[in-house]
Amino acid sequence: MSVLNNLINGISLGSVYAIIALGYTMVYGIAKMLNFAHGDIIMVGAYVCFFATQSFGLPPLAGLLLAMVVCTVLGIVIERLAYKPLRQAPSLAVLITAIGVSYLLQNSALLLWKADPKVFPSFFEFSDPVTGQVKTGLTLFDGQVSIPYVALFTIVVCLVIMVALTLFTSKTKMGKAMRACSEDKGAATLMGIDVNFTISMTFAIGSALAAVAGLLLCSSYRSLMPTTGSLPGIKAFTAAVFGGIGSIPGAFLGGILLGIIEIFAKTINTDISDAVVFTVLIVVLLVKPSGLLGKVVHEKV
Amino acid sequence: MKKNVFALALAMAMVFGLASCSKSGDSSSGSGSGSENALRLGSLGPLTGSAAAYGTATKQGAEVAVQEINALGGLQLVLDYQDDEGDPEKSVNAYNALKGNGMQVLVGATTTGACVAVASETYADRVFQLTPSASSADVTAGHDNVFQVCFSDPNQGITAAEYIAEKKLASKVGMLYNNGDPYSTGVAQAFSARAAELGLNVVTEQTFPDDTNTDFTVQLNAIKASGADLVFMPIYYTPASLVLNQAAGMNFSPVFFGCDGMDGLLEMDGFDKANAEGLMLITPFNAASEDARTAKFVQEYVDAYGTTPNQFAADAYDAVYAVYEACQKAGATPDMSAEELCEKLVAVFTSPDFRFDGLTGQGMTWTANGEVSKAPQVFLVQNGVYVPQ
Repeated sequence: MSVLNNLINGISLGSVYAIIALGYTMVYGIAKMLNFAHGDIIMVGAYVCFFATQSFGLPPLAGLLLAMVVCTVLGIVIERLAYKPLRQAPSLAVLITAIGVSYLLQNSALLLWKADPKVFPSFFEFSDPVTGQVKTGLTLFDGQVSIPYVALFTIVVCLVIMVALTLFTSKTKMGKAMRACSEDKGAATLMGIDVNFTISMTFAIGSALAAVAGLLLCSSYRSLMPTTGSLPGIKAFTAAVFGGIGSIPGAFLGGILLGIIEIFAKTINTDISDAVVFTVLIVVLLVKPSGLLGKVVHEKV
Repeated sequence: MKKNVFALALAMAMVFGLASCSKSGDSSSGSGSGSENALRLGSLGPLTGSAAAYGTATKQGAEVAVQEINALGGLQLVLDYQDDEGDPEKSVNAYNALKGNGMQVLVGATTTGACVAVASETYADRVFQLTPSASSADVTAGHDNVFQVCFSDPNQGITAAEYIAEKKLASKVGMLYNNGDPYSTGVAQAFSARAAELGLNVVTEQTFPDDTNTDFTVQLNAIKASGADLVFMPIYYTPASLVLNQAAGMNFSPVFFGCDGMDGLLEMDGFDKANAEGLMLITPFNAASEDARTAKFVQEYVDAYGTTPNQFAADAYDAVYAVYEACQKAGATPDMSAEELCEKLVAVFTSPDFRFDGLTGQGMTWTANGEVSKAPQVFLVQNGVYVPQ
């Protein structure tokens, strides 16, 4: 039973990584830049949702929508102010700027919302119609195995987003423009695509996803502080690379696998679980440098 | 134009930074203190970074004490508080900044790692140091000038083991601690050793690393499988809130037993107090206490900062008062050098007739090695409030 329990915990941790990784991979795939501030946008989204529901009494769904709007605007503003001026700069400069933005967001949050950790409300509780007991998850095999509702919900949302993003990038006009920009910005401009607008849209979508991820992350692990987004952000980045960065199904697969590996490594020894996770990453990258589902790009000489 | 926008954003960030600096500067100088003839207290703690909640608490607690003392009109104090991010290296830089500003006595640091680093500096410089909350035995070991307001880690672990054995609270004990944190490890090791001597049956010791402390399901499952009916958790309240939530989610309800780092749990925004029902903890401070002095402190603190003080704030408040009372006893004046003050204050703190009554204990005395001796208090959480045991 403990193996089954650990597997469920691993999948639920992994689904949170996966949903964050989708945002990373989306922005990387199209803008070809690592948006290290992604984890901190998640934190901002979670705070907006927290205050909307706790201080202003909005229902969770309205809180989520508000957080998505705020994060979308924030994402576009960050892109305009910090990344757009560096479009022609070497990628290293953009990378460092992204790290700078990450710290700016973290410290602004510290100034605005203070360091005391907040306990995120649990939106995924339902009272049992028969006994009236409040339940946070499904229990199977006489209570030996429990699956939190939030984990089920995260996986479903993750799958929906993955399918929606795949359809969006392959079927819609905007999606085609995004793929064109990712392959060759110069050629895309010549074809009449507004590259700047397309990249702004990418950030808008990525940031809206971050708000969803923020809600789900904080619903699973219910503490919220200004540094909440940074470590899951790095883990999710690892998941995105693991699955093949730029590949949308890859981010999902990478996230879930990373979560499962992490939990099982913990059952062996809690001290080295992160070391095991990153060792697996190194091995995968040695064998398959583009990640599990990454495309191999042949450079023409 | 593009550069201008960026510069503007940067300038705004700087203005925000300055605004926050000047704000803290104002409040820390206290009321009615001429800095010419006031004693300069220095203090350190993390105001940014992941441990910022603790530094903020000690800063605010110390500020309340300084304001009260200055309002008395006698010896005037000025508090200079520097951010050390809870990092040993940065704390030494912050200490040097304090020294440059003319600090005479150090009331810090807040966290153990930083405090150990600073203690060797104050020892070499002969600056009197009283830490509100750094509880490791390494802080005071070998430093005759360093004293603690809080219990030392080994003391807490030993007290907890003795209490559990004496009250026969458990037949099987599980442990869960943060092995990347000296506080948590220090308490856990002392507990483990004393528990073995007392014949307590410790069935499992689970740990988690410092930076990945969000998922405790693996550890909780292991403790559940071991059949422990009491879980000793010398951890801070942030991970503790997650542990309690996750334990409730998996229908696991042993007796959870914590130490002073867990104080603050019930004041967390949005924390479901039902999850803490039945939790026991050793803490020297109870914000809901009916003691008149505690009530006054809590009221002033809430008025000034809008939050309920935790044990860190109370420790810092006591630390400032202890230095103040010792200064009066020693006849210390603000024109003395840090070295002179250090000799005088060490003599007072180690003298057997110096007894200090504070919020975190009555009749506190200090041993020559810097550890405090005061009576520990065990609380049980019932209906969302502390009930003394």
